[in-house]
Amino acid sequence: MYKYDNYDQQMVDTRVEEFRDQTRRRLSGELSEEKFRPLRLMNGLYLQLHAYMLRVAVPYGTLSGAQMKALGDIADKYDRGYGHFTTRQNIQYNWIKLEDAPDILADLAKVEMHAIQTSGNCIRNISSDHFAGAAADELVDPRPYAELLRQWSSFHPEFSYLPRKFKIAVIAADTDRAAMRLHDIGIQIVKNDAGEIGCAFYVGGGMGRTPMVAPLIREFVPLDDLITYSEACVRVYNRNGRRDNKYKARIKILVHEMGKDEYTRQVEEEFAHLKSQGIEPPLAELERIKPYFADPAFKTGLSDKIDRTDPDFALWVDRNTVTHKAPGYVSAVISLKPVGGIPGDASADQIRLMGELATEYSFDECRVTHTQNIVLPHVEKARLKDLFDVLDANGLSSPNLDTIEDIIACPGLDYCSLANARSIPVAQKISKRFAGSGKTAELGELKLKISGCINACGHHHAGHIGILGVDRKGVENYQLLLGGSEAEDTSLGKITGPGFSEDGIVDAVEKAADVYIANREDGERFLDTYRRIGMDPFKEAIYG
Amino acid sequence: MKILTGNDLKTGDVTWWDGQGWSRHVNDAVDVGDKADEIAAREEASRNVVGAYAIDATKDENGVRPAHIKDRIRALGPTVRPDLTLKPADPAAGNWVI
Amino acid sequence: MVEFLRFRDDEVSESPAVTVDAFGEQSNAGAVRIEPGDDARELLPHLAHITRVEVNFPVFGDGRGYSAARILREAGYEGEIRAVGDVAVDQIAYMRRCGFDAFEPEKAMNEADVKTALERWENVYQKTVDGRAPIWALRHGSADA
Repeated sequence: MYKYDNYDQQMVDTRVEEFRDQTRRRLSGELSEEKFRPLRLMNGLYLQLHAYMLRVAVPYGTLSGAQMKALGDIADKYDRGYGHFTTRQNIQYNWIKLEDAPDILADLAKVEMHAIQTSGNCIRNISSDHFAGAAADELVDPRPYAELLRQWSSFHPEFSYLPRKFKIAVIAADTDRAAMRLHDIGIQIVKNDAGEIGCAFYVGGGMGRTPMVAPLIREFVPLDDLITYSEACVRVYNRNGRRDNKYKARIKILVHEMGKDEYTRQVEEEFAHLKSQGIEPPLAELERIKPYFADPAFKTGLSDKIDRTDPDFALWVDRNTVTHKAPGYVSAVISLKPVGGIPGDASADQIRLMGELATEYSFDECRVTHTQNIVLPHVEKARLKDLFDVLDANGLSSPNLDTIEDIIACPGLDYCSLANARSIPVAQKISKRFAGSGKTAELGELKLKISGCINACGHHHAGHIGILGVDRKGVENYQLLLGGSEAEDTSLGKITGPGFSEDGIVDAVEKAADVYIANREDGERFLDTYRRIGMDPFKEAIYG
Repeated sequence: MKILTGNDLKTGDVTWWDGQGWSRHVNDAVDVGDKADEIAAREEASRNVVGAYAIDATKDENGVRPAHIKDRIRALGPTVRPDLTLKPADPAAGNWVI
Repeated sequence: MVEFLRFRDDEVSESPAVTVDAFGEQSNAGAVRIEPGDDARELLPHLAHITRVEVNFPVFGDGRGYSAARILREAGYEGEIRAVGDVAVDQIAYMRRCGFDAFEPEKAMNEADVKTALERWENVYQKTVDGRAPIWALRHGSADA
């Protein structure tokens, strides 16, 4: 994985000192909260419901064992012994003191990490495929491109006060594991007819109040134009995006209101102009980055055999491991969704343990997924049982990847000052209900996603089943959505009808699951059946 | 009644205006009447609090109860982590917020 | 305290700045003031006789002025670009990178903070219009990228 050189380290260290100085000026009264707020946000520091919250960047979701361990140490040293992995592949700490924040950033910098631009109206952490470098179906590893974009977007002087936040995802497989088309810019690394590698640009996707699937604006941007084209896309947005209404300020609204064709025309015009400015790093820079993401020294001649004698282990293998490009290896997914647990939360001990396991079993690498789980990307099949036993002894062996128990949930009203309703208790009740009834296995792949407000951090629009928490006269109320997907068949869920109480929504989800079981045809997932039979049978069962 | 709440600038702790200063316990909150803006401005300027705002609440023999669930969760702590609330010994404390 | 900051050797132009609209009708004015919603490119045909462009920041969070300044520099404009309005010390380093060479903030800035802010970043990741060699250029041995 990527290693900082002296320049990268100096940039991050400088940022720590800058923020230390800004924090000092805030605490001494030289800086007002109004002026300090955007500065702390650009260092990932929010003022949340109960305390300050720090969001640490995990660029393209990749961490070394030592970095993961450092995240566990921070949870103990500065927080209350746990962290929360987010749908943007980051980690959040919920109980941070302002006066500690510069020291935390300094601790992060020691392991080549930071919280730069994890909030604010700027370009956020670049996300990517959590199986990058391991997936059998990828064209190339997308992370070198993401790293190039990370450096370009960090401390970007023109794009630090955009109309609104700006999220970029990079993938390099036709199977989309990063919700690419639901980002402000989604980039797919592709090969053209001439066999050259380049980038397809999708611009103007997003969830939130007005969900949109990003349209393709250019099929092929040559690699040596990647930064210049990105700069053109963001400049057109910075100049023309709406600033009169923060709910209409995302680029998706600009692309929608201006029209894809006009937006594209302006980008192309800006791109032609910027080409004359020589702002593109040479391809040599990409070539410098690439070797950091070269394959680790996979052993050859390994057996693909797995001893399935232990039924719990066999179930976990079936559910939580994914095909790897190298024979004899798999990618193993550690579910952070124990039945009745808090989706995405892990204790300091668990975080450190996962770091150690990354070092021991996966060439010193782990990944954070946008579904709030952890991946050990390169595990020998012959060592899976040993790994499983350690996970099992530490509450990390839930065999429920991509099932109805593998719920995405935002922190909701338990932690978030923007939320209208709690998300976590609903997730807990649903996972308990289905684990208890034993229907989880029967339902197969069923992606359930819960947001506690319209901002959609829990990706409810993109769930096969989505749940949106709203405030109805001071009482929590939950709307049900069906038919969303954030994979390569991206679609937005539709609301079934009137909302439910906390217990009512759990019943409604169960009824929807039953409609699927009663109507499915061979091999159909919940989403396939919904798409075939439509909303009506579900509505009838839920409200009838 | 109107009560005033905010977060401690340095620690981020949720605090309530108790008439003299800031308390971590909502039951110490006092009615600020129409003085909320004045107190908030003064206390923010002296950096005792950040993000202060006034809310509606009621008071009876059980104590002070903010009108909105969001502020009740602020007063208690996360309902999904009873161990981290201000009443860690009371597993049913979360019922108070509903 | 710093009320006015300028990184130029030429004489300070005192001519009053006209709006971009007014400039369109009477393009012999020597100084223009760009508001956030104005298109800086309307000035491009006339850059040769403009000595000062003021870019107004009514609120610091509106970042359109950064693009406006950079566009003028990219077009070869060599006169003064002055940031005016809600401009704070925490923004001036990025503004310098976008081509601003004068600052007239509403609220004076602390002198020590200004010095720190301008000297803080020894290196930069992007190539812009300030002539600094980005890190990628330093890595690949072309300091004058």
